[in-house]
Amino acid sequence: MILAITIGPGYYLALSAMLFVIGSTGLLVRRNPLIMFMCIELMLNAANLAFVTFGKEMSDLGGQISVLFVLVVAAAEVVVGLAIVVAVMRRRPDASVDDVAVLRG
Amino acid sequence: MMAAVIFFMASAIVLLGACGVILLKNPVHAALSLVATLFGIAIHFINLEAYFLAAVQVIVYAGAIVILFLFVIMLLGVDRAENISAEPILGQRQFAALALVGFIVLGILIGIATAGDITGVPPEAASSSPAEGGLAIDQSIESSDGTIIAPEENIRDIGRVLFSTRYVLALEITALLLTIAVVGAVVLARRPREEFEDIPEIEPPLLLRTDSMEEPPPEGLIETSDIELAVHDSENENQAVSESGVATE
Repeated sequence: MILAITIGPGYYLALSAMLFVIGSTGLLVRRNPLIMFMCIELMLNAANLAFVTFGKEMSDLGGQISVLFVLVVAAAEVVVGLAIVVAVMRRRPDASVDDVAVLRG
Repeated sequence: MMAAVIFFMASAIVLLGACGVILLKNPVHAALSLVATLFGIAIHFINLEAYFLAAVQVIVYAGAIVILFLFVIMLLGVDRAENISAEPILGQRQFAALALVGFIVLGILIGIATAGDITGVPPEAASSSPAEGGLAIDQSIESSDGTIIAPEENIRDIGRVLFSTRYVLALEITALLLTIAVVGAVVLARRPREEFEDIPEIEPPLLLRTDSMEEPPPEGLIETSDIELAVHDSENENQAVSESGVATE
């Protein structure tokens, strides 16, 4: 029954939307900065999936190229963000993300 | 038909892993759930004939970024308890739950209802010729029955497009961005110099001591503490360098 379904782009986009919503929910709910970074990764992956889906549908390699650039930017963002987390946690070991609302030690 | 089975299995992996990321209390478990999600996305990429991206997804995301997460988790301590019951903003949890349900339902409705024409491309245009001004995927990579597609063709095409005049400037800017990120991470994770002033100075070994060092200037001793500082910082630097190295590939 379910095997007869032809997987169109709408399925991938629905999955992408669900993944994005889960990631944004986690970003709103969790207080651990590391988990919040992981949720940002989830949202970026949802966008990547949508990029590849549209690229395949348009027969355009630009979607995959965009995903490559998103991936590089995500890597750079994680490196800098985790460095900030390490620096903050070293100075104040019990800080939560609400305590660093201002960018001062 | 086989694609449907693969799609739903990979989707289950992706969604369960994503729920694990936001529901598990232990950050290590959350990071491992993130690996599951990224792996499911890689399966979807293969299903969408983006073979190179599937490999990059596993290598860079699961291999480098999640490992970086795990390094930082271990560095900060896994037993750091998160007070998840405290709600800083009134009604934030309820709003988030409402938004979750609403957006999922909306996504399913839009996705299923407009499954055929959601990209706005006419079906004949999508199947026969690329869009106007678009970069054509080489159609010859698909065999006549459409079942066997050579992944190396996909990689070759991506390389050609990436180094064409259309994207090569963005590629170079990306390299600059990675360099800046590495330098920024090293600067940010560097300990302030004052923390090391109470460390006792290390005398140079006797074999290395010469007559000229009998009356050492104060700068010489400061340099030995700088070496200590560099040793401490090299851990973070190595992470950042390996990170950027993999991502550039």
